[in-house]
Order: sequence, then structure tokens, then C-alpha cells
Amino acid sequence: MSLARRVRLKTYVMIALMILFGASGDVLLGKGMRESGGFSIASPASIFDGLRRGFQNDMVWLGMSSLIVFFICYMLVLSWADYSFVSPASASSYAVVTFLSWFALGESVPYVRWAGVAVICLGVFLVSRTPTRTTQEN
Amino acid sequence: MGVALLLGIVVFAGTSGEISVTRAMKEIGEVHHFHPRAILGVLGRAMRSGWMWLGLAPLAGAFFSLLTLLSRENVSFVVPLTALSYVVGALMAKFFLGEEVSHVRWIGVLLVVLGVVLVWVG
Repeated sequence: MSLARRVRLKTYVMIALMILFGASGDVLLGKGMRESGGFSIASPASIFDGLRRGFQNDMVWLGMSSLIVFFICYMLVLSWADYSFVSPASASSYAVVTFLSWFALGESVPYVRWAGVAVICLGVFLVSRTPTRTTQEN
Repeated sequence: MGVALLLGIVVFAGTSGEISVTRAMKEIGEVHHFHPRAILGVLGRAMRSGWMWLGLAPLAGAFFSLLTLLSRENVSFVVPLTALSYVVGALMAKFFLGEEVSHVRWIGVLLVVLGVVLVWVG
């Protein structure tokens, strides 16, 4: 496998991991925070109280761990790939989440949302046709 | 705090935080090994980079502003607006990181923004 191809492949693997851990982290954290009584930023005391209640919930811990893995993957891929490549490419998570909510959870998805998914996929496809890195390694 | 101000913080602080993190990671150089110990080494080096900390602070600010926004407004209102980050991000990557944002990449970015808006309006 050529060097450029290998870099492209590891970029795609990292972005796939970002989507997996980012999306599941968001879902778990959201679910956990709602279960533990919600979050309010009305005052520093209420933020503290929300965090304290959140940390007693397993789902919140799982969600946070998932988001930490997401961020590590993000950091790693940015060590070689362009920010302006990775950031729009990771938007494919919207498409994945919409597809999963329809396929796995049986939610009904309106046509406009499917149109959005199609447009995102087209955008990500175009971005993926550009070089993963346009700056020089120093 | 007004919605516009909070949204501004989410988009601009969030994006400049990510640009700083990118800068820190580019300084460290391309990661080739993915053994847990190698990854821990990379994280350790990242934590000793000034750019990393310069990035984490606004990212935290953006995160809390987003939580505030989400507790006040509907997700379907907030998320399409935060999609502006993709445009701001491409501009900042061009000017602060020297990345080459070609026409094709720009069209891709704009389609992504349009798609995110449609997903959340639909």
C-alpha cells in the first residue's frame, strides 16, 4: 500500500471511531443527565448540583468516557490531517445517527431530514476527494 | 446572557479552541503507532504544549455555553445555527493554519452546513 493511501486509510478509521464514540457519548450523556434530574446553568450552585447528581449516574460516566475516547481520536487524527478536512468529514455522524434511529430504533424520519442526510453525504464525499493534508510536516 | 452572544461563544470559542488543538498536534507531528503506551506518550506531550491549553480553555467555555443554550432553546433551533462552525472553521484553518481550502472543499463544507440545517429543520 502506498504511503498516501495508508494515511488516507488511517484518517478514515479515526473519523469512523470519532463518529462511533462521539455519537454514543452524546446519547449516553444526554440520557444520563435527564435521568439524574436535568442540568441548569441558572447559578454556579445549580451547575455544581447538576454535576454532582450527574456523577452518581452510571450512564453519565459511560457517556463521559466515550467522549474522552472521541477527543483522543480527534487529537490523533489532527496530528496528520487538515482541520478543514476532518471537521466537515466528521459531520457524517448526523447521517449515521439519523440512519440508526430509523433502522435500529424504528423512529419515523421525515423526508426533509433524509434530504439533509443526502446533502451531508454529498458534502462529505466532496471533502473526501481533496487531499487529507495540505500543509508541510515541520 | 443573550442567545446571540451564547451562540457566538459556541461558534467562535469552540472553533478557535479546535484550531489551537490542531496546532498543538501538528507540532507534535504525525502519530504512527497506536499502541496504548504510545498514545499515552502522545497525550503527555500534548499536555506540555501551550497551544493545547490555549485550546482547551475556550473549548470548555464553548461546551458550557452550549449546555446553557440547550437548556433554554430547542435543539432544532440550536444545532443548525452551530453548523456555522464548519464555515468559521474552514476560514480559520486557511488563515491560521495555512491549510489549502480548495473550491471542491469549500463546496463540500457548504453542503455539509446546508445538510445539517435540513436534518434539524426536518
